Amino acid sequence: MTHTLSSGPVIVLRSLSSPEAWRATFHVVAGMLFSAATGAVIWLVGLLWWAAVASLVEGPTGHWTLPVLYAAVAVSGPLAMLGCVRFLSAMQRERFRAVLGLDIAAPRPDPGTGWHRILHPWTTGTAWRQFAYHLLAPLLGGLGGVVVVLCWSAPVLAALSADRLAGAGLLLWFGGAMALLLAAPWVARGIAGVDAAAARRLLGPGHAEELAVRVESLARSRADLLVAADAERRRIERDLHDGVQQRLVSLAMNLGMARAAFTDRPPDVQEVIAGAHDEAMAVLAELRDFVRGLHPAVLNDRGLDAALSGVVARAPLPVKLRVDVARRCSPSVEAIAYFAVSEALTNVAKHANASRAEVVTEHVGDLLVITVTDDGRGGATADGVGTGLRGLAQRAAAVDGSLTVVSPRGGPTTVTVSIPCG
Amino acid sequence: MRVVLAEDSVLLRAGLTKLLNDGGFEVVAAVPDADQLLTAVDVHRPDVVVVDVRMPPTHTDEGIRAALVIRRQYPKIAVCVLSQFVEERYATDLLSIDTSGIGYLLKDRIGHVTDFLDALRRVTAGGTALDPEVINQLLVRRHDPMRRLTPREQDVLKLMAEGRSNSGIVEALKVSHSAVEKYVSSIFTKLDLPPTDTDHRRVLAVLKYLGA
Repeated sequence: MTHTLSSGPVIVLRSLSSPEAWRATFHVVAGMLFSAATGAVIWLVGLLWWAAVASLVEGPTGHWTLPVLYAAVAVSGPLAMLGCVRFLSAMQRERFRAVLGLDIAAPRPDPGTGWHRILHPWTTGTAWRQFAYHLLAPLLGGLGGVVVVLCWSAPVLAALSADRLAGAGLLLWFGGAMALLLAAPWVARGIAGVDAAAARRLLGPGHAEELAVRVESLARSRADLLVAADAERRRIERDLHDGVQQRLVSLAMNLGMARAAFTDRPPDVQEVIAGAHDEAMAVLAELRDFVRGLHPAVLNDRGLDAALSGVVARAPLPVKLRVDVARRCSPSVEAIAYFAVSEALTNVAKHANASRAEVVTEHVGDLLVITVTDDGRGGATADGVGTGLRGLAQRAAAVDGSLTVVSPRGGPTTVTVSIPCG
Repeated sequence: MRVVLAEDSVLLRAGLTKLLNDGGFEVVAAVPDADQLLTAVDVHRPDVVVVDVRMPPTHTDEGIRAALVIRRQYPKIAVCVLSQFVEERYATDLLSIDTSGIGYLLKDRIGHVTDFLDALRRVTAGGTALDPEVINQLLVRRHDPMRRLTPREQDVLKLMAEGRSNSGIVEALKVSHSAVEKYVSSIFTKLDLPPTDTDHRRVLAVLKYLGA
C-alpha cells in the first residue's frame, strides 16, 4: 500500500525537510537579526532628534556651539529619518525578494521638488507606514525569531534540561518537545507569512496609491480596447468592401447581363433570372448599409466635416450642419462623434416628430463637442430602450467623454457629446 | 468609344471589360491602380475613363484624385467614377471643375446593365450621370436656392442633373412632352437664368442645383 506513505505522519515528517519550511525559518531568523539592526538605527536617529529637541525646549546650557548643534539636529532630523526609512525599507524589500521571492512594489516617489519633496512624504501615510514597520519589526520579528528557534531546538533543549525529570513527566516533556519540533515548519511559515503581510501592508504602496495606479491602468486599457475595437471594425469594413461587395457586384452584373441577353427564352426562365437579379441587387443595397454602419471610409479620408455632410444629407429631414473643427482628433474619437450624430439624427427622424434639426461640431478647449438639436416633441432619454444612444454614451465614457440628453416634454431636444480630442 | 478602366478587383475588372466590350465600347486598357490609370490615359487618350474610388496603395480616395487630375489635364476625356458609397463631398470635388462629361455612380448600378451602359454613353457624349443617391444628398445639402421650385420641378431638375434629355425625362416621369417643357422653362425662370440657347441654360441650371 504505497499511497499510505504519502499520508498522515509521513507528511508531517516530510515537511520538516521541505524547502519552504527552511526558507521560512531562514527568513524569520535572518529577519530577527536584520530587523534588530534596522530598528536600532531608527531608534538611534529618533532618540538623537528627540534629545536635541528636548534640549532646545529646556534651554541649552554650556558652550554656545551646543544650541547650534541641537538646532541643526532638530532641523535635519526628519530629513535624515526619511533617508534612513527609505534606505532601510529598500533593504527590507530586498530581503523579502531574495529569501521568499516576494516582490513588494516600492511606493512611488513624490512628484514635488525642494522642501515639498522632503516634507510632503510625512504628510501622507507612506513614510509613517514604513516608519511603523521599522519600529514593529524588531519586536514582532524578534519574538517570532525566538519562537521559531525554540521550536526547532525544542528536543535538544529538552534533553539538556531533562536531568531532573523521570517517568511520565519525562515522557510528557519529550513528547511536548517533539510536538514543538514537528510544528516548527508551520510555525516558521506562519510567522514568515505574518511578516510578509505586514511588510506588504506597510512597506508597499498604500491603498490610495494602489487604487490610483489601478485607475490609471484601467483607463489606459479601456481606451486601448476601444481603439482595438475600432481598428477591428475598420478591418472588417475593408475586408467586406474588398471581398464580398466586389463579388456581389460582379454577380449582380452577370445576372443583369443574363437578364438583358435572354429575352428570347421562355417566360419562366426569364422570371427566375429576373428574380435572382433583383435579389442580388437587394442584397447589395443591404450590405452597403451594413458596411457603412461599421465604419464610413470617408471619415478617415476626409475627416468629420465630409463624413457628417453625408450623414446630414441622408437624413430624411432638413438638417443644418456647422463643423468648426480645425484639427483632426484620434480616429476613435472621430468615429464616436460620427456615430453619435448618425444615431441622434436617426432618433430624431424616428421619434421626435421634428421639422428640422441642427448639428454643431466644435472644439471647446481640448474637448470635441457635438450638439444635435431638433424642434420635435421632446421626452427622449439616453437610456431609452431601442435607442442606440445608450451604447454611444458607453463608448463616449470609455474615452472619458460624456453624452447628455436634454429633452423636456414638448421639446426641444438637445443631445450633447463631449469627448477629449485625444 | 474607347475606354480605359481602372478597378483593383480582378473579378470585377474582367467582368466590366466584358460588359463594356459587349455594350459597344472598346476597352483599350484595364488597370488595377491610379498610377497605371494615369499612364494608360496618357498613352491611349480614350474617350472615357471608368474608375473605382478605392484602389491601392492606400485604398482611400485614389480614384477621385486621379479623376480630378484627368479632368484638369484632359478636359475632353469624360470620367465616370464608380464607388461602393457615394459621398456628397466627393461629388462636389468632381463637379468643381466642370459638370459635363462627369459620372459618379454607385457600383450597384452596374447590376442594371442597360441603365449603366446608357449612363456611360451619356457621360461619354459630354453629359452628366450622377447617382440618384448623390443627387439626394446634394439636394438636401443645397436646398436653399431650390426652395422656390415645386417638388415636381425638383424631380425634373434632378433628372436633368442625371444628364437626361427632355424625352428621357418624359419617359422617367410618365408625363407629356409639353408638360416637361413647361417645367423646364419654369425652372429656368425661377433660377433667374437668362434666355440664351437652351442647352447652355440647362448646364447652368444643373450647376446652380449642384451648388458648384
